[in-house]
Amino acid sequence: MLANQIGYYSLILGLLLSFLLCASSIKDFNNSNKIINQNIFILSFLQLTFVVVSFLSLILSFVNSDFSNETVFNNSHTTKPLFYKISGTWGNHEGSLLLWLLVLTLFIFLFLVKSREQPKKYRILTLLFQQLIIIGFFLFVLITSNPFNYLFPIPAEGLGLNPILQDPALAIHPPLLYLGYVGSSIIFSASLAAVTQNYISKKWAQHIKKWVLVSWIFLSIGIMLGSIWAYYELGWGGFWFWDPVENVSLMPWLTLTALFHCIIVLERKEVLTSWVVILSITTFILSMCGTFLVRSGILNSVHTFANDPTRGIFILIFLFVLIFLSLIVFFLFHKESNKKSNNFFWLSRETSILFNNWFMMYFLSVVLIGTVYPIFLDVLSAEKISVGPPFYHKLIAPFLAPFLLFMALGPKLKWIKSRIENKGLLIIFFITSVALTFVILKNLTTNLLFYTILISAAFFLFFTTLKELFDQKSRNISQTTAHFGFSLLILSILFNGILSSEVITNIKVGEKYYYNNGEIFFEKIEEKKESNYNSIVGYFKITNKNGKNIQLKPELRIYNQPITITSEADIKTTLLEDNFLAMNLVKGNEYFNIRYQVKPFMIWIWISVLLLSFAGLISLFKEKYEK
Amino acid sequence: MKILKIFLIILLSMSFEPLKSEENNNNLKNKILKNTRCLICQGQSVYDSESDFASSIKLFVDKKINEGSSEEQIYEFLREKYGDWIIYDPKLNKNTYILWLLPLLLFFLGGAMIFKKLSNQK
Amino acid sequence: MRNKLNLFILIIFLSFCFAIFYKGLNNSNTYTPKITDKKNVPIFKAKDIDLNIFIDSEKIFEENIFYIVNIWASWCIPCKKEHPLLMELSKNNSVKLIGLNYRDNINNAQKFISEFGNPYSRTLIDYDGTIAVEFGAYGVPETFLIDKNKKIIEKFIGPINQQIIEDIKSIIK
Repeated sequence: MLANQIGYYSLILGLLLSFLLCASSIKDFNNSNKIINQNIFILSFLQLTFVVVSFLSLILSFVNSDFSNETVFNNSHTTKPLFYKISGTWGNHEGSLLLWLLVLTLFIFLFLVKSREQPKKYRILTLLFQQLIIIGFFLFVLITSNPFNYLFPIPAEGLGLNPILQDPALAIHPPLLYLGYVGSSIIFSASLAAVTQNYISKKWAQHIKKWVLVSWIFLSIGIMLGSIWAYYELGWGGFWFWDPVENVSLMPWLTLTALFHCIIVLERKEVLTSWVVILSITTFILSMCGTFLVRSGILNSVHTFANDPTRGIFILIFLFVLIFLSLIVFFLFHKESNKKSNNFFWLSRETSILFNNWFMMYFLSVVLIGTVYPIFLDVLSAEKISVGPPFYHKLIAPFLAPFLLFMALGPKLKWIKSRIENKGLLIIFFITSVALTFVILKNLTTNLLFYTILISAAFFLFFTTLKELFDQKSRNISQTTAHFGFSLLILSILFNGILSSEVITNIKVGEKYYYNNGEIFFEKIEEKKESNYNSIVGYFKITNKNGKNIQLKPELRIYNQPITITSEADIKTTLLEDNFLAMNLVKGNEYFNIRYQVKPFMIWIWISVLLLSFAGLISLFKEKYEK
Repeated sequence: MKILKIFLIILLSMSFEPLKSEENNNNLKNKILKNTRCLICQGQSVYDSESDFASSIKLFVDKKINEGSSEEQIYEFLREKYGDWIIYDPKLNKNTYILWLLPLLLFFLGGAMIFKKLSNQK
Repeated sequence: MRNKLNLFILIIFLSFCFAIFYKGLNNSNTYTPKITDKKNVPIFKAKDIDLNIFIDSEKIFEENIFYIVNIWASWCIPCKKEHPLLMELSKNNSVKLIGLNYRDNINNAQKFISEFGNPYSRTLIDYDGTIAVEFGAYGVPETFLIDKNKKIIEKFIGPINQQIIEDIKSIIK
């Protein structure tokens, strides 16, 4: 109860500090001092502290199962394990907004601290723009989504957290994702600030690159964790469903990747200045847009939070205020650099980066249009359609092959102008890729031409980057690792898709089921009791044609609050393949419906994303090292 | 370097024993079910769902496949009963021209802009 | 000049998007399909629970009268709630009620009927739910009103209430 009060008033204080910060900044802006007033640092730190206190108060309320707090009542239960009581704090709408505020205030403070060599006015303006976003979120929380609402009389027990959210991957997925997603706010604010100061330059690019990398790394890992959770908990061995909430996290990732590539160019030459600003603005706008789509109830999805149209209207207005604001700032202040060094030669690294952006923007448009088009159609013509995986696959896959080829060739080009060196070696790689692909795929799939083209391109990228990694005088480890990681990602996804197979059948205890490649023996059932659920564990022994044995133990869990039955698959992971078994009750009799899948190279999908993030990390530390 | 390449080629050419799924019918059935929305669930396909509705649809699709209906016929049947919303693959009709064509249009627009930029040399 | 034009177009486009999203918020996002064009009664075969033989849909709907098809199950709680209203409706001479027992155990279904009364002139068994799919149903309870031309003219998802009874009565007069 005290925690409730503290939490609530901390938020109020945080909001007040925003106004104070704005006032101080404006005063300091006009001040002729070369450095920022110490007070501003203190105020920013205080603001961060208040948000942290508020966040901790909510966690405390969850841990103590303080059901006088409405949010805790709605989302928790005394029998929940401690770990999930804590993670339940941010697993709901109100709590996750506190997470938004936490990242917003943290990043602006870090920005102030880490940008001391940057021009003072630029830093103050960044602070001001960021405070606008912060104020918006404080208001949103306090007016529509207060995590500290009182309930009286105090209920004895809470409503509990949805069991499928009680998973380790999902527990850390929001914090990491938000560090990326919300972190792009600082790029937004900094770009707008830089535009007003006509500071979009090489120096600015070098400075903002760190922030782009940080945001990108966290976003990549955050998205990966969400996919891992989906793989283990939802659906049957799928990890990406082109669900609106997934798309919404993917879109800022696409723009951030494009932005990063443009920043690399901007570091060397003052070109693409308008485009960099547009991408920076768009990334955060997409994050805000995503928040709107997911929390307002306008879309139907497995992941959506409990929704409320009034919240939707608030975010919608807030979102468009930010959009119009950025438009006005951009059009009023942006000056085209009219230097003659704007020339791009056809065969140059800058051009290949232009091509990267071209394709990234295309992929972005596919995802964006696919996600929001049903809304437009429904409003304009009252027709409801679904846009699902087939749409995205059909539009994206054909463009992946040329994209992968450009990824392979682009880095080989020099800046400004070049010829391709080592043409011979590249041709060998190309032929090897195609031949290898053809040999592998010949007996495996019907869509031979399509997959051959796509996989050959991926192999080409794979071989070229692999060679580069072994090259002694390798110039750019982080870029090569990243591109290598991406080729690995595409290869794993494609081979996993082609080579995966599954068996579905009804079986009862003691039975053996024979399929093409082996047998499944349903040994026994055991009952298990945990603090907040009872479960039935099925023991299955699977023997394949080669005599290899695997034991899998899927569960059916009956949670007590809310009363839900979930199916927990058992997955045995090795470097070569995942073995996946899930079981479900068949209504009315003692049979169980089981789904057994063999999924080759599944773990390589996660490894490649980690590799990508690691490459980003290398780039980040290279910057620090070189300073 | 060459050794590495040979090693890779050998590794990748090792034949995998994919579980040869039951005959093509099962593949077709799963393909259709993955493309069908479970209407009483929040954003799951019929393939992913264990609800009553999903089981009924699964049995229904099974029946239709055994009767010899083609994939397109089954989609058409489901669309007729439940509306376009039930199928995840949006058909190309007057409602969806913009959906399918706009990204491609934007791609060509982007290409044109880049081409112009590259052609405007001194 | 060109910049100003671009800005203008962008603002118009964004305002359009805003309007769409705003309107979209107020629309429900669960799909309740309206009967836009009247569909024919589907053709199917189902087992009659009492006669224990399969009957063609043509024979089921053979009379020149309004029909109501009500999908129900003994395990469905809202079905119990709407049952008295169905009993009341069954007394009306302009309409015959056909019950479609959905994914149920026959004994339980018969117990339900004997305990709560039988409003149906005929009860059919849909033990795997595929007949309900022929009607385009989502689950239980669901009710369809069929006119004399054998076309489905109304569909009610969920338990029927007094208002719906009145609406039906005025249509079948």
